[in-house]
Amino acid sequence: MAHTGPRTPESFYAKVPYLKLLMGMGSDMYRQQILDHYKNPRNHGELEDPTFTHVGENPSCGDTIKIDVRLDDDGETIDYVSFSGDGCAISQASASMLTERLPGTTLGELAEMDRDDVVEMLGVDISPMRIKCAVLAEKVIQDGAKIHEGDLDIDETTTEE
Amino acid sequence: MGVQESYPIDVEAIRADFPILDRLVGGDVETPGQGPDDDTPLYYLDNAATSHTPEQVVEAISDYYRGYNANVHRGIHQLSQEASVAYEEAHDTVADFIGAAGREEIVFTKNTTEAENLVAYAWGLTELGPDDSVVLSEMEHHASLVTWQQIAKRTGAEVRYIRVDDDGYLDMDHAAELIDDSTAMVSVVHVSNTLGTVNPVADLADLAHDHDALIFVDGAQSAPTRPVDVEAMDADFFAFSGHKMCGPTGIGALYGKEAILESMQPYLYGGDMIRRVTYEESTWEDLPWKFEAGTPSIAQGIAFAAAVDYMEEIGMDAVQAHEELLAEYAYDRLSEFDGVDIYGPPGDDRGGLVAFNVEGVHAHDLSSIVNDHGVAIRAGDHCTQPLHDKLGIAASARASFYVYNTREEIDELIDAVTDARDLFA
Ligand SMILES: Cc1ncc(COP(=O)(O)O)c(C=O)c1O
Repeated sequence: MAHTGPRTPESFYAKVPYLKLLMGMGSDMYRQQILDHYKNPRNHGELEDPTFTHVGENPSCGDTIKIDVRLDDDGETIDYVSFSGDGCAISQASASMLTERLPGTTLGELAEMDRDDVVEMLGVDISPMRIKCAVLAEKVIQDGAKIHEGDLDIDETTTEE
Repeated sequence: MGVQESYPIDVEAIRADFPILDRLVGGDVETPGQGPDDDTPLYYLDNAATSHTPEQVVEAISDYYRGYNANVHRGIHQLSQEASVAYEEAHDTVADFIGAAGREEIVFTKNTTEAENLVAYAWGLTELGPDDSVVLSEMEHHASLVTWQQIAKRTGAEVRYIRVDDDGYLDMDHAAELIDDSTAMVSVVHVSNTLGTVNPVADLADLAHDHDALIFVDGAQSAPTRPVDVEAMDADFFAFSGHKMCGPTGIGALYGKEAILESMQPYLYGGDMIRRVTYEESTWEDLPWKFEAGTPSIAQGIAFAAAVDYMEEIGMDAVQAHEELLAEYAYDRLSEFDGVDIYGPPGDDRGGLVAFNVEGVHAHDLSSIVNDHGVAIRAGDHCTQPLHDKLGIAASARASFYVYNTREEIDELIDAVTDARDLFA
């Protein structure tokens, strides 16, 4: 079989530049760090005395995440985060990494975080179809914090807009 | 050539009609076509989602736009006549393809989903009531499941689900229990897009008709992959999509028995579907136009017929044989692994697709890793969430085959799955 045919046209990326950023070599998505966090999740389980708790899911993938957060006495700074859940390596590793990264962060800083921060934390290119998996845990913590502060009223977070 | 002789169809000749199969994937997108990584051939095994489009069908579309683009039914001028004749004749071609009597019985829709909705709204909303039941199967695609579930809520009708047994077959004793005199509609999938099960739709039609119920057969996975004869199976309605059988997107067909379509009120109102309109009243055009309001997908309709011609040229018996050969090969090769669950009936009794899970590797991770090998498969719930719930899984991976696929491509899939297992071990 000759493989000399068409490729993704350059014009396609011109229209959606962000795709170009996201579409790296897929195998990068499973660098050792991600697999390590997936196989040996950090801070996995439930807290006995969480300040707040929240759950979320990614309906199209079936990824689920439950997050427990304990705040410092100032009521502002994250002291400890744990998670439990089920799903793909990207969603679970992302949650595991966040539990290591967030302690010391304030709720204000947490609210400022966006998907670029998650991608940067993961340290790999996430393909466009998998972004929802990557950001699930972040969204669950952010929504949990908003509910805690009385700014949001939902039972569950989903990554479906 | 020896390899070719071992297929029921001339795969090499067919592949030449699909330039997309020659493209490379996985490369560095900063330099498309030039980077050192742009070297992965495409192994496209996601045909149950959508098939590729041969040159002959692409040409039918460009011929229309380049040569005789005009609205149909509306003009006396020559281009409109040419377009109208081609568009109308496309209905005859599609009718022939599935054994319908003629164009009166073929309504062009956007896809299978719209065909389901057309019947659910035009027939279901008026015919169903609190004393009626609609019988579906547990393996229905959301196109049928959600549609009838919601129409039932609005009409007060009860929805019943025919059980799927542990081997992925419909429990026909259960079907005989569920389908009773309260049943007004039986809506079942012909070939399951998740399990690969080929359902005994003619037997289900008999059961439905014994109780004066109608039967709607979802042919989205069957019409593209095997000979279909709606009269032999005695379906009252049958639906399928062009894009799963080498046709373009945006076009599908609803078959309905003429007398039933005749008795139904329109689903969409507007131009092209009326005969006479006053400020007070309107009367309807003949079948099938009564159900095709507004400017239809003209190029797509004409190209749909070109896709039918393409499939018939290969021969639907041969297409089925090829599908079965690849399904069995994939089933056997996947069975060589420990810790791989395959859903549905055995390899020698299924349509051309295999859904599976690899222990310890989420289907989305699997699909991403397999993608690095250039292998395109589907991962998710395949629009059968309740069936996945029943199987106790959130998602599965699915490889599905078509006329241009080869055993070697399935070998690539197996290598990629091996790689994923090693990575997650
Ligand atoms: C069994 C079955 N029914 C219905 C559909 C819906 O087809 P479409 O999306 O073309 O409407 C599909 C395909 O997605 C299918 O596999």
